[in-house]
Amino acid sequence: MPAAATNDRVVPAPPAEPAILVVDDLVMRFGTSDGGVTALDHVSFKVRPGEFLAIIGPSGCGKSTLFNILGGLLTGYQGAVSVAGQSVAGPHASIGMVFQEESTFPWRNVVDNVAFPLEISGVAKAERIEKARHFIAMVGLHGFEKRYPSELSGGMRQRVAMARTLASKPKILLMDEPFAALDEQTRLLLGDKVLQIQQELKQTTLLITHNITEAVQLADRILVMTYRPGRTKRIVDIDLPRPRTSEIVSSEAFGRYVAQIWNDLREEASRGLSDDETRKLHAHDPHEPRS
Amino acid sequence: MSAARLAAPRWLPAFVGLGSGLAFLVAVELLIRAGAINRFIVPLPSEVIASFARVITEEDIPRRLAQTAWECLAASLLLTLFGVAIGALMHRVPLIRRACETWVAGFASAPLVLAYPLFLVLFGRSTLTIIMLAFLSGLPPVILKTVEGLVSTRRVLINVGRSFKLTGAQQFWKILFPSALPTIFVGIRLGMIFALINVVAVEFLINFGGLGQLINELAERYDLPGTYAAISFVVLVSIAFFIVTERAERWLRS
Repeated sequence: MPAAATNDRVVPAPPAEPAILVVDDLVMRFGTSDGGVTALDHVSFKVRPGEFLAIIGPSGCGKSTLFNILGGLLTGYQGAVSVAGQSVAGPHASIGMVFQEESTFPWRNVVDNVAFPLEISGVAKAERIEKARHFIAMVGLHGFEKRYPSELSGGMRQRVAMARTLASKPKILLMDEPFAALDEQTRLLLGDKVLQIQQELKQTTLLITHNITEAVQLADRILVMTYRPGRTKRIVDIDLPRPRTSEIVSSEAFGRYVAQIWNDLREEASRGLSDDETRKLHAHDPHEPRS
Repeated sequence: MSAARLAAPRWLPAFVGLGSGLAFLVAVELLIRAGAINRFIVPLPSEVIASFARVITEEDIPRRLAQTAWECLAASLLLTLFGVAIGALMHRVPLIRRACETWVAGFASAPLVLAYPLFLVLFGRSTLTIIMLAFLSGLPPVILKTVEGLVSTRRVLINVGRSFKLTGAQQFWKILFPSALPTIFVGIRLGMIFALINVVAVEFLINFGGLGQLINELAERYDLPGTYAAISFVVLVSIAFFIVTERAERWLRS
């Protein structure tokens, strides 16, 4: 199986094409009352234009920290992030973010939600409505333009959020577990939609997830992270044919990739679980001195 | 028995509400007629109802209602404008918020109407006294609810704005304010209700203006059915006002 195995600290070999996103030796520490936590520890990777990279890891591996740093929402880290040669030191027009939580504006209907970034950029109303309609159709919500988020399902609202981000024409689409709150069937079907859009737009995409099936279904490469502190454990090339659909999940090769990634993740997830249980035990131990 | 058969008809709550009101009036009528309640203190409800037409035609209710409505409107505009602005400032500057929030909350429960002599000195026996007292009485809930609405804006919506590189003003007008609007409206509604109560109370106390002054005048003439009819009229206006603002709030929240 083609997998670019690395040890825990070795930076993978750079891809052949010039990278659009370069993450170089990222370290992020948070101060806490008991000394501090290293969320990311010397994380480095590169992403080629048009590539779909999934970043997977157990809870507590720093995925969301990485998401916020790449999106420019979090500063105070060591290392560097650059997009198309430009350093990222704050929110960046080249990076479009799709959040895990429900993020549509409840006071705007679908078309006005999707047109939001165009409105901010000063695009004329008629033009932005037309463009918004295009992206609404792209995410499969044609006919729902005048509906409000409260009238839509969770999956539809996430597609609205995705269309809104795509409308800003980002060079990199950055998604943080956008379908985490959805049931498995909906998640697989929306995965099809994401693949279709990504292939249609040749959109460079970074998906942060803890779902192995989702990562293998969608990605060209999967970066597996260790439990705290978050490091690059391994980068796996997913050599499954494109265009893909959710039918790929029943293939033998898909199962092998899922098993391989689970082998990498199991140890990390166990550490996370054990750590979590220890913290809960101490939090409820009346004899344990509280910090 | 099916759930549909068990469910109460839609008109039943309104019917029970009106019915209990009518039953109360009938009970009061009977108690007065039986001598259990002194009719020189509480007039017969039938006399009060009968005096409605007289009060409306002879006491120039439309003009008085317009006067009270104008004072309420002016106070409401002021408390909306200043309440939202002060609330936004308190949200923007945490030091001001920490320093003043408790004071504003305390201010909300203070019987400001008792300060009417001071306002008489400042603004004279005029509409301005009534408007200013009503405005200040209704201001605290608007400030507090504006702060609450802005603070409780979901972090992810703010992050969406940041990811689109919104300026501070865009972040406020495009995200924070619309997100907080339903909560702000609750504050405005409360403020308007406080303002209405205070407008009528000050009109009564300084014997000036609209419906409050009418109640005062009728009481001084010892026209008890007329006084109670005027009070009932004010209560009906308050109920209508409450229903309209509640509907508006429900629409805003939907």
